This record gives sequence, C-alpha cells and structure tokens, in this order.
Amino acid sequence: MSVQNAEQQLKFLLQQGLPLDSRPYRVLAQQTGLSEEQVLQRIQQWQQEGLIRRMGAIVDHHQLGYNANAMLVFDIPTEQVDLVGETIAASGRVSLCYRRPRRPGWHYNLFCMIHGRCRDQVLQQIAQLRQSLGLSVFPFQILFSRQQFKQCGGDYFESDAKGAANGN
Amino acid sequence: MTAPALTDLQRAIIDGYQQHLPSSLTPYQDMASELGSNEADVIAAIDDLIQRGLIRRLGPVFDHHRAGASTLVAMAIPADKLEQEALSLNTFAGINHNYEREHQYNLWFVLTASHDQALQQRLEAICERHPWPVLVLPMEQAYHINLGFPLNWNGGADDVCAKR
Repeated sequence: MSVQNAEQQLKFLLQQGLPLDSRPYRVLAQQTGLSEEQVLQRIQQWQQEGLIRRMGAIVDHHQLGYNANAMLVFDIPTEQVDLVGETIAASGRVSLCYRRPRRPGWHYNLFCMIHGRCRDQVLQQIAQLRQSLGLSVFPFQILFSRQQFKQCGGDYFESDAKGAANGN
Repeated sequence: MTAPALTDLQRAIIDGYQQHLPSSLTPYQDMASELGSNEADVIAAIDDLIQRGLIRRLGPVFDHHRAGASTLVAMAIPADKLEQEALSLNTFAGINHNYEREHQYNLWFVLTASHDQALQQRLEAICERHPWPVLVLPMEQAYHINLGFPLNWNGGADDVCAKR
C-alpha cells in the first residue's frame, strides 16, 4: 500500500474510533502498513492542521439522560448575523451555533443546538438566552427532536480496500 | 429516563476525556495513571460505556469542511410515512444525525461525503428515491462548534426536571 493509501485507510479506520487495546496505534499500524509511531504522528499532524477537531470520548446525550434536544433557529438581519452568532457562541449557552443559508419559505439563518434533561429545562435555557443577550426582537422557532433514527460519526473517508461500497 | 448508573471511573472518563486524549503510544495506560486506576480497568470501563451506548466511540472528531463535504438536510414527510422513510434513508451512505423534529419539515439529518461532487450525487440519489419537499442547508459559518458536553451529574437544586 502506498503511503497515501495507508493514510486514507487510517482515516477510514479512525472514523470507527480508537481500538480498545493497550497499544491502539500498533493495531492501526498493523491494519495500514504504517509504523506505530507514524500512525500517532499522522493523527497529531491532522490535529494541528485542524482536520481532526478533537480526540476524545464522543458521548450520546440521550443515553446519558439528556433527553431533550432543541434546534433553535433565528431569523437575523444579514448584516447583524455574524455579531449575533459570535455573541451566542461566547455565552457558552449552546453546544453549537452555525450560520446557514435562507431558502424559499425558510427565513432562518442562525442555528443553535441546546441540550437538557427535559423539555422545560431547555425552554428555560432558551428564554434565558434570548433575554440575557437581547435577542427578543428576532423571529425564532424551537424544533424539539422527537425520535432519533440515527446518530453516528461522518462517513467522509472510504476504504481503499473495500472501495466505495462502505457503509451501504 | 433518569441518568444511567455509572462508576466513578466512568464519570471521570466522560468528564475528563471529551476534548483530548493523552498523546502517547499507550493512552489508556496514561489515562489510568491520571485517574489513579489501572489500564485494564480503564479499557473495561470504556468498553462498557460503548456497549451500553453511553459513548459512541473514543477517537477523533473530523472537521466537516476539511474532512470532506457535508450539509444539513430537512424533509417534510407525511406523518404516517415518517418512520418508514427515515429508516429507508438510514440505508444511504453518509446519512447521520437523523432526527424527527417538531416542524412541518419533520425529518432532519446531516449528509456527508468525501467531496462536494460526491455529496451532490448522494443528495440527488436521495431526493430521487424520497421526493419530499426538501431544504438543503449547508453550514456557511461556524461561530461555535461542539467541543464535548459538560454533564451535570447531580441535577442541581433548581433542576426543573427533578419532579419528572
């Protein structure tokens, strides 16, 4: 396997998480043809480059008792959206805050995610957020989740060994 | 549902290792040292968390944009067809975070692919098989990304959920 293919294979394997082995990078080395040190080095390099955002435990909110999750969307004037988005982000009250495009019949351009143990707690957090940051003037909607049909990591990297059919 | 029963070690792992792992060749050994435990117990504790679905995995979170292409997608599906459609959509490669939400657009998921063109192809294939009204909402700017999840194990005295 070429180094490039080995790296691609490593990214593919990493999407499934770090092996639960005393020497996890050695397991990945055996599966990619890289050395154990090279595997760790690549991962650290990808973290520095920002390809990997963080390394750690990826928790399931629902299973941990955080059953209420709301997508909070705002319609913010285009010239203000960056400022409002940065203000919400700095408040630490949301787990993510993104700008997305408006669409015909869909005017909301700022998206936040809020998790809580129950619906009332999430509603309380949203009320506090809107009040404390002066967001009351902006149209908004709260989209609570009902059923979770799937929750898993992305599927960005295909395995060279398995071709394009992975995950299907 | 109340919070699940966890050992102190499992709570410490969830509290301490969502944003980073020790950067050595023996991360579980190093976690054990930091937590005053031993490697076998740390591995067993993580394995149990994964088996019970409390953590999905331990490892890297790839940046959506640098790793490939992704977009949020919303569909408006008749209520009586929602579950069937959602499960059918789950069989497409690249669909994750697939949720029913309280809205006319009642199914929301993230679609990922290795690059923009592949994403477009996946999207077209999905829309062909599932021709419901659709919103395609790619991220334009991230103001805050999810860097893990602080857990309040005790609920707190003012916990509005306590009565449930």
